[in-house]
Amino acid sequence: MERYTKTAILLHWLIALLIIAAFALGLTMTNIPGLTPTKLKYFSWHKWLGVTVLGLACLRLLWRLTHAAPAYPVQMPRWQQGAAHALHLLLYILIFAIPVSGYLYSLAAGIPVVYLGVLPLPVVIDPNPELKPLLKLVHYWLNMTLLAAVCLHVLAALKHQFIDRDGVLRRILP
Amino acid sequence: MTLRTTFLQAIIGGVAAIGLVASAVAAPLKVDAAKSTVGAVFKQLNVPVEAKFKKFAAQIDFDSAKPDAAKASVDIDIASFDLGEAEYNKEVLKKEWFNAAQFPKASFVASSIKPTAGAPAGTKYDVTGKLTIKGKTADVHFPLTVKKEGSGLTFDGALPIKRLAFNIGEGEWKDTGMVADEVTIKFHVVTTP
Repeated sequence: MERYTKTAILLHWLIALLIIAAFALGLTMTNIPGLTPTKLKYFSWHKWLGVTVLGLACLRLLWRLTHAAPAYPVQMPRWQQGAAHALHLLLYILIFAIPVSGYLYSLAAGIPVVYLGVLPLPVVIDPNPELKPLLKLVHYWLNMTLLAAVCLHVLAALKHQFIDRDGVLRRILP
Repeated sequence: MTLRTTFLQAIIGGVAAIGLVASAVAAPLKVDAAKSTVGAVFKQLNVPVEAKFKKFAAQIDFDSAKPDAAKASVDIDIASFDLGEAEYNKEVLKKEWFNAAQFPKASFVASSIKPTAGAPAGTKYDVTGKLTIKGKTADVHFPLTVKKEGSGLTFDGALPIKRLAFNIGEGEWKDTGMVADEVTIKFHVVTTP
């Protein structure tokens, strides 16, 4: 069965790892009460991870626009192929929407993002106390949507591997 | 009669003259609090963060014709420091930061205001004075820019300070790798005649 290219496989797993790290860090840092140096450090790291995911997501989209995904096995039902495409589309949207919403949330809070502590990124919106709580909510719920989508994505992959035994998962394994 | 009139005129003239001199020397400008701001910019992991003091009182007695006689002082209400997040605003009033319970006010008193050499008259001044935060006083000097805006004046300046010199950020916050020692206090004061 045809596999994804090395570039696509690398991007998939790198983005997956960074998203897991950013997600875990996001939950950890927001649970630290008050104001501590560790909390501030985690906020910065979280933003750096998010910006990295956004950059890699751009590369990933470029790859996808210039390459076709390997075909599904012929015995895979039409509705499942449709569902897989829809879920992949949602994941693509989220890996862009989540970092962007977090980035805007930080700017609305009046805190610019300085990538890795050295590269100041563009301040595209002014501090905005009205927009801030809204962006926080959007960032949070997009992440919860991502959590649900990733669970479905993983369950589907496991079903292909252990129930259908059709080699779909092997297309993306390193 | 003629003599008395002249005498009276002289007195009236004299009083008026004193009044004029007095108004030129000691006429504090009216500060437009709604348009004026005092804030601080600090760097946290190289990220510039600006926070404002929402309550402060500035007294400025300034006549560009007599800068030597100018007086300026600012009293800042520490509890009004606004980082844009209620939770953080509460944190910075604690002992390690401003210790607002013991030191509720910060103040600046100018000791001299001199025209900057080479700058067009009435636009730039060198200010020296004493800055007190958290019970510690330090001599500071900074450039001041004065502009005419409408019928009033605007006073702008930025003064760099070292936060640790004022004990701001004690304990684990002493680490300047997290929050830099260099902090810039910025002010924009608008006055109306």
